[in-house]
Amino acid sequence: MNEMAVPLPDDIDGAHALELFRQMLRIRRFEEKCAQMYSSGKIRGFLHLYIGEEAVGTGVMQSVAPRDAVVATYREHGHALLRGISMNAVMAEMYGKQEGCSRGRGGSMHLFDKATGFIGGNAIVGGGMPVAVGYALAAKMQQNGAVAWCIFGEGAMAEGEFHESMNLAALWQLPVVFCCENNYYAMGTALDRSESQIQLVEKARSYRVVAEEVDGMDVLATEAAARRAADSARAGNGPYFLEFQTYRFRAHSMFDAERYRSKNEVHEHELQGPLRTFGARLEASSLLDEQRRAELEADIAREIENAVAFAESGTPEPVSELGRFVYSEVQP
Amino acid sequence: MSQSITLVEAVNLALMHEMGADENVVLLGEDVGVNGGVFRATVGLLERFGPRRVMDTPLAENLIAGLAVGMATQGLKPVAEIQFMGFIFPVMEQIIGHAARMRNRTRGRLSCPLVLRAPFGGGIHAPEHHSESTEALLAQIPGLRVVIPSSPARAYGLLLAAIRSPDPVIFLEPKRIYRAVKQPVEDNGQALPLDTCFTLREGSDITLISWGAMVKETLEAADTLAGDGVSCEVIDVATLNLLDRDTLLASVSKTGRAVIIHEAPRHGAMGAEIAATLSERGLLDLQAPIARVTGYDTVMPYYRMEDHYMPQASDIVDAARQTLEFA
Ligand SMILES: Cc1ncc(C[n+]2csc(CCOP(=O)(O)OP(=O)(O)O)c2C)c(N)n1
Repeated sequence: MNEMAVPLPDDIDGAHALELFRQMLRIRRFEEKCAQMYSSGKIRGFLHLYIGEEAVGTGVMQSVAPRDAVVATYREHGHALLRGISMNAVMAEMYGKQEGCSRGRGGSMHLFDKATGFIGGNAIVGGGMPVAVGYALAAKMQQNGAVAWCIFGEGAMAEGEFHESMNLAALWQLPVVFCCENNYYAMGTALDRSESQIQLVEKARSYRVVAEEVDGMDVLATEAAARRAADSARAGNGPYFLEFQTYRFRAHSMFDAERYRSKNEVHEHELQGPLRTFGARLEASSLLDEQRRAELEADIAREIENAVAFAESGTPEPVSELGRFVYSEVQP
Repeated sequence: MSQSITLVEAVNLALMHEMGADENVVLLGEDVGVNGGVFRATVGLLERFGPRRVMDTPLAENLIAGLAVGMATQGLKPVAEIQFMGFIFPVMEQIIGHAARMRNRTRGRLSCPLVLRAPFGGGIHAPEHHSESTEALLAQIPGLRVVIPSSPARAYGLLLAAIRSPDPVIFLEPKRIYRAVKQPVEDNGQALPLDTCFTLREGSDITLISWGAMVKETLEAADTLAGDGVSCEVIDVATLNLLDRDTLLASVSKTGRAVIIHEAPRHGAMGAEIAATLSERGLLDLQAPIARVTGYDTVMPYYRMEDHYMPQASDIVDAARQTLEFA
């Protein structure tokens, strides 16, 4: 237990705080399992872990309403789980099984789910941004009160699509919340080696978009910021930009020589990790103890074991389906 | 002095050589410097030539291509890397709209001697964008040269030629075989021609035509067929545009039969162009319909179905046998 930990505010809803912790822990343990399954060859291709950044997605997702859309990146396992796609369906997708949320066709980078408005994982950096704006435009035209949540890394802000999307979203006052997960590195490129303006909020403000810098390691801060953004967007005030300052503890994908940062730097950030710090605060407020922790871990471990079993027993797509879903099966 | 190296090391060696020989050669792309490239193709170049000539760019593919166009018109020889062929679509704007047309548009006054390198093709267990084989999209464009090596030695010689070429070259690297074999490659600065197919094996019964990583399966198929007493001529097309039609026609005039093998989807792909050429100009030499062994007209699937998507050596053998049995 961290003796320096600051207790949570007195008016905090203890059960809710513990739930935030549980959600972060759940996606952390899930991804640790994925890494293990990758190493044992059960999951192939690429695997981009969110480990270290859990407080961002967890805080944001509290304000995402059922009708909203989430447009994420290839680092989207956490968002998918938080959004409510079952762990079974996500794990089966990683395994490339038909029972997966993209029927085993997308894998780790292309998780999709129509029911929960999860408009993807996207393997193309920046590729989701105009799509999110398009969703927001549809929401505005259809007056359904929905908000588009556009999640991306800071590296994507160098792509033209970022600027095109911000400009139009602001010009047409569209309900989209731009959530920049600033982990300070785009693959091997540090922020100050790729951006002329590293005060990322200034970029958003130049488009006259309301922008905030948020401590992305503090789940209470991310939750509160997302709520402000959602309220504003739903009230018809146009787009909102949130820069979540966070850090990726693992390699960019599963292979990465990490020549661009030191072990020490990673370690320093791990000490400030979202689970570690929030867990300590919960303990300082007597909301969490050894026993409660063990119970949470056991529940999560059970869910993960079930998901692995589900994925293992899943079925591969029959070869005869190789050519399906390229075109509509309904004749025009 | 020759050393035994892989295809990706041969790419590195050619870059190293030409940057040493010509100070106008510069490298740019995402993570090509500090990180040495996603596939390590540019490792050591930043250390050797410094940040003025090895430039890590922000994440912006069309920008990278446009920078290369601008620099190339000013006498520099940019070699730009796109990390995966699936990220090349935004690049098309600059490469097709400008690089390919600069010479024609200015009636020869400006040219665009750039190289755009991109790993391509499937078989590495990655879905969609990370396994594309869309070379036909580029090979159709007048003004672009499209070059694909299939061995370490050809990677070295063809990349040197690409950098020295006065025209823009799309250099597609078959990443599935980046590290498949090692081969002695002499760092002698000798370029290979950009307008010639490579006849890898001479034969008299049937011509097997391929490029990139599929050359591996094609050679395996030729081995199997040799066991049946079939003599295969194996041709690595290597330069899809400009296409060396003469070598292909000469081979088919000798064998009378041809199988074209590529992993790209079949519809509208390079196999169709080659087959059309052979039938237009070689019809009377043909003793059987030209066969194609290709990927399917679908999106590259995730890894469980990958082997079904990718042509296998046995598919090539089957197609060759059918062609040979045609009366
Ligand atoms: C258009 C495009 N270019 C390049 C890549 C390769 N790539 C994948 S992730 C990445 C870094 C992205 O960094 P950032 O946006 O900060 O997100 P992070 O990975 O740090 O979460 C790169 C260069 C890609 N997937 N798509």
